Amino acid sequence: MKRVVITGAGTINALGHSVPETLAAMRTGQCGIGELDFRDVERLAIKIGGQVRGFEAEGRFNRQQMSLYDRFTQFTLTAAKEAIEQSGLEFHGELSAKAGVVLGNSGGGMQTLDENYRSVYEDGKNRVHPFVVPKLMNNAAAGHVSMQFNLKGPSFTVSTACASSNHAMAQAFQMVRSGMSPVMVTGGSESMLCFGGVKAWEGLRVMSKDACRPFSANRNGMVQGEGAGIFVFEEYEHAKARGAEILCEVIGFAMSSDAADIVMPSKQGAARAIAGALQDARLDASEVGYINAHGTGTAANDKTECAAVADVFGPHADSLMISSTKSMHGHLIGGTGAVELLACIMALRDGVIAPTIGYEEPDPECALDVVPNEAREARVDVALSNAFAFGGLNAVLALRRV
Amino acid sequence: MSTQDKVIAIIAEQAVLEPSDVTLDSTLEDLGIDSLGLVESIFAIEEEFDISIPFNANEPEKSDFDISNVAAIVAGIDKLILEKA
Repeated sequence: MKRVVITGAGTINALGHSVPETLAAMRTGQCGIGELDFRDVERLAIKIGGQVRGFEAEGRFNRQQMSLYDRFTQFTLTAAKEAIEQSGLEFHGELSAKAGVVLGNSGGGMQTLDENYRSVYEDGKNRVHPFVVPKLMNNAAAGHVSMQFNLKGPSFTVSTACASSNHAMAQAFQMVRSGMSPVMVTGGSESMLCFGGVKAWEGLRVMSKDACRPFSANRNGMVQGEGAGIFVFEEYEHAKARGAEILCEVIGFAMSSDAADIVMPSKQGAARAIAGALQDARLDASEVGYINAHGTGTAANDKTECAAVADVFGPHADSLMISSTKSMHGHLIGGTGAVELLACIMALRDGVIAPTIGYEEPDPECALDVVPNEAREARVDVALSNAFAFGGLNAVLALRRV
Repeated sequence: MSTQDKVIAIIAEQAVLEPSDVTLDSTLEDLGIDSLGLVESIFAIEEEFDISIPFNANEPEKSDFDISNVAAIVAGIDKLILEKA
């Protein structure tokens, strides 16, 4: 088996338009969640979200590209450019033939759907733009990344709701670890902050009207975000041979299915994914210093996740740190694991643990060190990233400091 | 149909019971309605009466809308209908 390292990272989300901006915001515990700004927002009961501000597609993309890129594709391409530039890789010849892109995404081109449904249903128009289908399909972003960067190997999109990015990155990891490909571009993106997207979530009655406060006793639900996180996963010897800067090593993963309920999380399912990742990475539980939690801020997730962590880690659960950065950037659904992986990289590489902001009251059912409100300096050798999706589909990644 | 009869019909349908099996002092738990069933029932009630029920599944106890039993739900709906009028 090959060793797999990360040699490039890129992002755009409510905290920043790049990795340095995002990490700086996480260090200072900034909140990217605010009043939503889009058409018909006044008809929503939920009016807050982690919206990307100041992102002008015009100027970044030409007219032809704009007619093909939904906002989730725009985010993906922006983050992929940052990640691939950082890696210093250019894809030609054999590398190009073997390198691919595996991305997570849940809603596809929701903005495109919203705009075009409005046009045909509300405005009564009988004609839509010819590129509606290639713009809204879930794999559009992966397709455009492959074209833009000349990635001709295995490429596809994984859709497992809130675990999409983790499932995608686990796939990319497997491909590099097995020797199938020396380099894979991976991560995920989402953009459902539009009237139809938020209205659909409102229906479940699990959204907060004021803030995302994971693990806090007074938490009252999740808050949606949007954006992308993209990484370059590279075979270790390949990276070393070209003198690439290594951000961290990916050492294992596990996936599990609750096979229980379509929305309610299961402690056993989550615990099996966490324990499975430790086993796959050949880790002793005591080596884990930080967990980036799924931490949605709902009543159900946070207590279930803490119970799963307590079960897997036993007494060590009290000495590790676990935080939810969703408190700052919101829940990016299919892109969330990718943006949250940045917090793991910051913990391993910079020794800075991103906080859980908005934490106000201890909850006895979430009695772990959730790094409340302020970032902390700590040396961490191993970090995990949790994602537990609707459908009961779970994926956990394990990373090590290099 | 009265508010009470309509609410009982909605809850009975959700619980897959006959309306006669649903009484005013039945709790949703007694009737086997789980959290998803509750959210669906609230949606059906909002549609039936054209009202908005303030209910967050994360903090049901903090909601102004009392769901402790069928009678409380009926009373809450009557109040919302009055407020709307």
